[in-house]
Amino acid sequence: MSAILEASAVPTASRRFRPGRMLQRHPFPVVGGVLLGLLVLSALAAPWIAPHDPIEMNIIDRLQPPGGDYLFGTDAYGRDLFSRVLHGGRVSILIGFTVAAASTVIGLLIGVVAGYFRLADAIIMRVMDGLMAIPGILLAIALMSLTRASLWVVVVAITIPEIPRVVRLVRAVVLSVREQAYIQAATAIGTRFPRLMRLHILPSTFAPLIVQATYICASAVLTESYLSFLGVGTPPEIPSWGNIIAEGRLYVQLAFWNILFPGIALALMVLSVNVLGDGLRDALDPRLARRL
Amino acid sequence: MSTARAIAPVSSAMPGEMVLDLRGLRTEFRGEGPPAVAVNDLSFTVRHGETLCIVGESGCGKSMTALSLLRLVPRPGGRIAAGTAMIGGRDLFTLSEPEMRAVRGGEIAMIFQEPMTSLNPVLTIGRQIAETVMVHENVPWSVCMERALAMLRAVRMPEPERRLHEYPHQLSGGMRQRVMIAMALACRPRLLLADEPTTALDVTIQAQILDLIRDLQEQTGTAVILITHDLGVVAEMADRVLVMYAGRKVEEAVVDELFDAPLHPYTRGLMAAMPHLGGVGAGRMRLAEIPGVVPALTDMPEGCPFAARCGRASAECRAAMPPLEERRPGHLVACWHSGESPDA
Amino acid sequence: MGPYILRRVLATIPVMGVVAVIVFLMLRLSPGDPAAILAGDQATMADIAAIRERLGLDQPLLHQFVVWVGELLTGDLGKSIYLNRPVTGLILERVEPTLALSISTMIFAILFAVPMGVVAAWRAGSWVDQTIMGLSVLAFSVPVFLIGYGLVIGFALRLDLLPVQGFVSLWDNPVGFARHLVLPTMTLGLVYMALLARITRATMLDVLNEDFIRTARAKGLAEPRVLILHALKNASVPIVTTIGLGIALLIGGVVVTESVFAIPGIGRLTIEAVLQRDYPVIQGVILAVAGVYVLVNLAIDLTYSALDPRIRF
Repeated sequence: MSAILEASAVPTASRRFRPGRMLQRHPFPVVGGVLLGLLVLSALAAPWIAPHDPIEMNIIDRLQPPGGDYLFGTDAYGRDLFSRVLHGGRVSILIGFTVAAASTVIGLLIGVVAGYFRLADAIIMRVMDGLMAIPGILLAIALMSLTRASLWVVVVAITIPEIPRVVRLVRAVVLSVREQAYIQAATAIGTRFPRLMRLHILPSTFAPLIVQATYICASAVLTESYLSFLGVGTPPEIPSWGNIIAEGRLYVQLAFWNILFPGIALALMVLSVNVLGDGLRDALDPRLARRL
Repeated sequence: MSTARAIAPVSSAMPGEMVLDLRGLRTEFRGEGPPAVAVNDLSFTVRHGETLCIVGESGCGKSMTALSLLRLVPRPGGRIAAGTAMIGGRDLFTLSEPEMRAVRGGEIAMIFQEPMTSLNPVLTIGRQIAETVMVHENVPWSVCMERALAMLRAVRMPEPERRLHEYPHQLSGGMRQRVMIAMALACRPRLLLADEPTTALDVTIQAQILDLIRDLQEQTGTAVILITHDLGVVAEMADRVLVMYAGRKVEEAVVDELFDAPLHPYTRGLMAAMPHLGGVGAGRMRLAEIPGVVPALTDMPEGCPFAARCGRASAECRAAMPPLEERRPGHLVACWHSGESPDA
Repeated sequence: MGPYILRRVLATIPVMGVVAVIVFLMLRLSPGDPAAILAGDQATMADIAAIRERLGLDQPLLHQFVVWVGELLTGDLGKSIYLNRPVTGLILERVEPTLALSISTMIFAILFAVPMGVVAAWRAGSWVDQTIMGLSVLAFSVPVFLIGYGLVIGFALRLDLLPVQGFVSLWDNPVGFARHLVLPTMTLGLVYMALLARITRATMLDVLNEDFIRTARAKGLAEPRVLILHALKNASVPIVTTIGLGIALLIGGVVVTESVFAIPGIGRLTIEAVLQRDYPVIQGVILAVAGVYVLVNLAIDLTYSALDPRIRF
């Protein structure tokens, strides 16, 4: 024991949160946050800053290399790639945020029920085990096959496979919190369930959920691009990054920029969200900081 | 109750020969802000066959002293900032890392406080003991395993042949500590560092383990540095005692001398906190009689670090650190008031 | 020995049961008339009625389910609407490329990721650690097709070292088989590698703080022995678990990679089935893949006792 105490008397990195030193201490999350902010802003402002109409075809200028009038070049229909990539960001952001929010909220509700009611727990967790046994992309593909493709169907198809991860996380937190002495004390003095949830249980799920939601957002953006790339995602007339790449793959030898620029935009978006997630995890939950 | 001589004595050592001569050890931790000094200007010697006890409260630098001697101060952050440690004519602190590895487990071995967590859970007992022999003596594996078995017998492990092939989780705490001792002594070290070896054990087991260490020491002549906060253990085991406070040596004397005439107020406080001398485990009581806590290592006061908790602290105490002085023959103490009578 | 294994094996039954129910209900509960959806936009009323009858969609739900599960238990995954052939056969025809790609990716990833994770944990906080972890976040974020096309352009089109796409069976031409697998394996391996490197590092960090690591060092062991024999062996259970759970991610990546490299595997089969609205095939693929996932993870659970003596069945 004395060795432990002696070690703890040593000043390790201070755990206090000081925004002023954030950039110096955690350069990656801050850079990630700024990058994400820029990507979101440029996507939101796409209608105003895009130099061309993203869907207006101009066959004469087809497959133009980057430079000149077309910063990123043009695609097989002569559409301006830069404008299409800017607009494509809107789809990715919409999908990323909606899926993250929806799967977190639904997962939270199911997870709390599972964590608190023994009977429901057995059934819910079996269903979640089953869902997790199906690779997310396969499940999303199957869901996409069941109805006419639209942006909202894509959201639903990506959300459902993400829910089990949230449920398991929330359930684990609820289970560990309800074993704590103060919760048992609160129950013993007759605190009602809704109040218990609101005051004690939900707050402890907050930090891990925020982190998890960030990772889900990144994974959803990637999954959308995969579905569209495979031709079973966002309807082809919508210029999502996945769709731009799916069209560009036919011309990979002639015009690799059709894949490169939307691919880089996609990678930057996912990277910035992931890095932000790592930063949030380190800042919000030191216990989690070591984990994945 | 003494067993047959099971293991060979430490070779090439004469009784009373100096084993370790540590001078001016300073171990620091650097984080943000000023470095924390875990061990400050510590000097002592240990002789062949001798047991030196280092006592003090948690956080006073006892364990860091032992880890410093093995150069295993936790990294990053920890480092040995100054000092020399002569063993066998060489300074440990200037050895290369491969040379130092030969010392660890070879010339100096260590037993840790937590037998439950100090053994590797996925390797058999025999393998963990034999491994030590293999890396130090470069003999065939079968010889290493034979030595492991001999060591288990030497530490009076029941059913040693079977235990050889068992895993730590199949053993009780006391048996695991026997394994740790077997592992430590497998290569006949000249110096054994025992860091609170009985603290985590039941009282009855404590006495057995201490008996074992003493018996083995008599057989081999290994010098022992025993780290403890338990004055009962000190009375039982020590030849000489070194009292540490806040990383510094504040008093050192032969065991009888120290118990008869403690000079430092901190040592007296430690003794007052014991219900009575003698029984092993009696010193389990925490030092309730000494008010206050050890100062933070980063925030050491200017003068004597004990001044804030000391009943007789004066302005002098708060102004300057008292030097170590030999008040009586072989009895060192660092206190401005050590010359006064204890009841003053 | 027996009871745990038996319980663990029996526990796979409800999981597979749930998968079957999900797959079954997905079609039946989707908005609109499932037969009409499957028949497509240009279908006539007669086409729709034919599909409804063939899939038994006109029967009561419970009846349909019982009949279907009965067929499943005999290994019959149904018949493709489009090709009019048994789904089991269609899957078996496509299984070699997918299996080959999955296994080679896994070997490639483990070979690189575990040493990287160990070194990163060993030198936690150093530039080596930061570089490895930075690269792993990057590999996790770059879409599979970007890596794939990058490798194709570099190694296949520019340098002309390796085939651009396609697949050759191991039995027909072992060298061609290997050459065709190199680029897809590297493509997919990077993602899986990132996952494994991160979990290896995290687990190793925990283990390296354990008391027995200090004991190992105090015995005078050299660092490689401390890291591999003493630390990695203790970290192996979480790492192996992640390898198993990561299969879900891996299979998702396989579908995309097969598309990039025009590999005629299960992924391609699924996409073709979706485009042809061939639901029995989709259903069969999901069941088969989930079955493999469950079985592999069962096998991994059963190896725990070999890795950690504290786990006894």
